[in-house]
Amino acid sequence: MVLRLRERADLWSLLMPPTIWALHFLFCYLVAAVTCARLGGVTLTKPNPGASFASLESFQPWVIGGTAVALALIAISAWQAWRHSGFGLEDPPHDAATPEDRQRFLGYATLLLSALSFVSVIFIALPAFLILDCR
Amino acid sequence: MTIVLGFSAPRPLRGLGAAGLALILAGCSGRQSALDPAGHEARVVGDLFWWMLIASVVIWALVMAFSFYASHRRGEPWSSRAAARVILICGAILPTLLLAILLVFGLRLMPMLRAPGEELRIAVEGQQFWWRVTYELPDGTRVSSANEVRLPRGRRTEFVLTAQDVIHSFWVPPLAGKMDLIPGMTNRLVLEPERTGRFRGACAEFCGASHALMALDIEVMEPDAFEAWLQSRRTPPAPPRTEDGAALFLANGCGACHTVAGTEAAGRVGPDLTLLSERPSIAAGILPNNTDNLVSFIRNTRDIKPGARMPSFAMLSPEQAASIAHWLLTPRSGTAGTRRADATP
Repeated sequence: MVLRLRERADLWSLLMPPTIWALHFLFCYLVAAVTCARLGGVTLTKPNPGASFASLESFQPWVIGGTAVALALIAISAWQAWRHSGFGLEDPPHDAATPEDRQRFLGYATLLLSALSFVSVIFIALPAFLILDCR
Repeated sequence: MTIVLGFSAPRPLRGLGAAGLALILAGCSGRQSALDPAGHEARVVGDLFWWMLIASVVIWALVMAFSFYASHRRGEPWSSRAAARVILICGAILPTLLLAILLVFGLRLMPMLRAPGEELRIAVEGQQFWWRVTYELPDGTRVSSANEVRLPRGRRTEFVLTAQDVIHSFWVPPLAGKMDLIPGMTNRLVLEPERTGRFRGACAEFCGASHALMALDIEVMEPDAFEAWLQSRRTPPAPPRTEDGAALFLANGCGACHTVAGTEAAGRVGPDLTLLSERPSIAAGILPNNTDNLVSFIRNTRDIKPGARMPSFAMLSPEQAASIAHWLLTPRSGTAGTRRADATP
């Protein structure tokens, strides 16, 4: 319902990019936790009792998939926000008390939030490719 | 100095400034400074710190220059399109790129610092307000000590960190970052010292009244010397039994809490005192190790270390306490001289 492309901007369309960011964050941490718990790999004997050296490689395709979906949804949201803001033809601050300016303001704010969420989703996915085991 | 102060200060102020700067710089080196690294992790983190500091200063100077330019320029204002471009590049794209570089650098560092240790492991248990230290040799032999850790240079030694009562934190700034000691949990830290020397560690998590009095001595030795020392401690040296101190120690119940190998004293509540004569300090790194300080600590324990579990033995006469202290600090047979603070300048 929230994902449906909208003719007009509203609070739902404004909340979409950060919501996708939060869900992607949750997804990455859950998949990493489940992967490490299932693979186990906790050594109980010396020389490293308690340490888990299970490889996280099997978890990378999940992160790639989840990140691709999240980035695509954010891109769609940004494109929609670009449309709501009037394709950048009008300069901000869009602070007149008119329905048109309200639309442009919501669209522009959503566009900026989309950029922030896009970068954050990439930052959240990065550890999966730089930290390669469950330690 | 005038450069640092930014104006030409009167002569007394200059002297004050110079003294202040010397004081600040003195804090950058020494046995408890992360800015004077002696270990692999501390060096890597120290390099990262300097890079970030230099980059921050450059960025700060650029921002200041921009604001000076903006407040002092005359003539036509910029077009809003040009201003928007500057904001986009300097306010969004550049910070994002810099953060990405820092993030990748930091994430690449983490697995490297968590690489497993080599053969020797040292168990450190934090208690209010001291450290129980046990060297666990690969063949299963254990060597007990307290408040002092010796390490071989150039080896990765793994620390197994636990706590008995509350949360403590094990921090030897010249060697590595800190790691918490948490009751019911086992944490690990690997130290890889790169040069020999004496360093000071500290508890870095508030743990009670004497938190600030919970330090420990670290001595990094050449691998051969360390190996020889550890081998010589596999069988605890016999204490000298000829003195009254031993009898007083046992008669006053000290053995209920303290262990002195070779005697009936086998308590596990307080620090193992077998190798006390070798340690550079007493009372967990807070007093130089000499007879006077030990006498004073035995008789006024809770004045020196508020909240300590050991009661003050004020009922002992100074002579009796001195007798115990003398016995505890007599070098054990087989130890190659003392390492007490009063024996070195």
